[in-house]
Amino acid sequence: MAKIIVVTSGKGGVGKTTTSSSISSGLALRGHKTAVIDFDIGLRNLDLIMNVERRVVYDFVNVINGEATLKQALIKDKRTENLFILPASQTRDKDALTAEGVERVLNELSDMGFEFIICDSPAGIEHGAFMALYFADEAVVVANPEVSSVRDSDRILGILQSKSRKAERGERVLEHLLITRYNPERVAKGEMLGVKDVEEILATKLLGVIPECETVLKASNQGTPVIYDTESKAGKAYNDAVGRLLGETIEHRFLTPEHKSLFQRLFRRSA
Amino acid sequence: MTLLEVKTDALGTIAEELTARVAESPAFFNNNPLVLGFEQLKSESQFDLKALVGLCRELGFIPAAIKGGGSELESLALSLGLATLPRGKAKGSTTLEIDKSPAPSAKTHTPETAPAPAMVAPLVIDTPVRSGQQIYTKGDLIILSSVSAGAEVLADGNIHIYGALRGRALAGVQGDETARIFCQSQEAELIAVAGQYVVDEDLRAQHWKSPIQALCANGKLVIAPLF
Repeated sequence: MAKIIVVTSGKGGVGKTTTSSSISSGLALRGHKTAVIDFDIGLRNLDLIMNVERRVVYDFVNVINGEATLKQALIKDKRTENLFILPASQTRDKDALTAEGVERVLNELSDMGFEFIICDSPAGIEHGAFMALYFADEAVVVANPEVSSVRDSDRILGILQSKSRKAERGERVLEHLLITRYNPERVAKGEMLGVKDVEEILATKLLGVIPECETVLKASNQGTPVIYDTESKAGKAYNDAVGRLLGETIEHRFLTPEHKSLFQRLFRRSA
Repeated sequence: MTLLEVKTDALGTIAEELTARVAESPAFFNNNPLVLGFEQLKSESQFDLKALVGLCRELGFIPAAIKGGGSELESLALSLGLATLPRGKAKGSTTLEIDKSPAPSAKTHTPETAPAPAMVAPLVIDTPVRSGQQIYTKGDLIILSSVSAGAEVLADGNIHIYGALRGRALAGVQGDETARIFCQSQEAELIAVAGQYVVDEDLRAQHWKSPIQALCANGKLVIAPLF
């Protein structure tokens, strides 16, 4: 049985697609057969982030409507073995997603031998987001350390606990908190919410903290998920997060402001 | 009003069954006004109404009227101090049907219209109450976690929050002014007891982020520290 993990947030623009692409790549790099599905019908961008936009023939909605088979629609990633992408439709809208259709696709992926299915949710709490989280076994809730993002994440956590398939069966979706765009210097100055504050408000186990990093923009423009950039802080943090998702115990890094040595300050080296 | 449909004139049977029924749910029938229905009784001319009324009084009912029955039965009823209702009127909220067959399960008589107010067990919630969620209970509400901003918790009784209150809490919503709200950290958007409320702006000046209890005193909402 494949493990279905939804990457959701409520708020838009916090890093869901960045996270979905990096986490799915990270899992595949570690040898697990992984599929990542874009649920943002009409505003698809997972294919751009993963550099497969020129190879999209059929999409998720085509498969649901029976216009194409899953095998025809799934795009094999050129960089990593074990990684497959199911893009969203750009021309249809979210009403094309039906619960039966989505369930059928997820079951079929599971039968094909996938170990992990990452569902990249759209922003909001409407039908698209709901379909993405409904069948989930686990959820990675992405939040910026900023008040409206935290409030929206809280809302989505409430929906996960009450309206998911697991909730209907009396079980719990396993929730993980991923804080993105974290800036320890600003936290130290009191300008930004700290990890402890966010954890306290959301009362959810911390999966990881991804620091604010310039390499994220570069990565999305190049179509290479940031986890491949092993030099960057964000890449390293995503790698740690994947490890924790798989059950490893890894210390949290990049939480405290860096102390630049005199040498570094002289040469203004950016870490 | 309980309606007793009399289907047989064998008083012994009636006595037995009625006693058994009352024994199953004694509190339910205690001092209940009773309407004696005779519409289903085949031959009523020889019916010993006086004996039946006496029996009912012994069992804790207060016979108030008869329903249906012929003119003889009606005059008998009036002489006993009972009112007479025409056929088909005044359907009882619970109907007791006594005939020779064994009584149906007492489940049909479970106290939903019990004369004494039933004690509602407190609702215990051990997960955080998330933004957008609304919880309402008739009794007391006990939350073993925090209430997030944008969430609402309401109760007819008291509300106990073993965590932070960042959303809205309304106790005594049906008008109970003795209801109280307790929380470990007051960071609320709104607190109300029996309709008296205080909002965020004013709450910030009153024991913000401290353990408090909120109660209604002299018609106003008072926020007092817990320790």
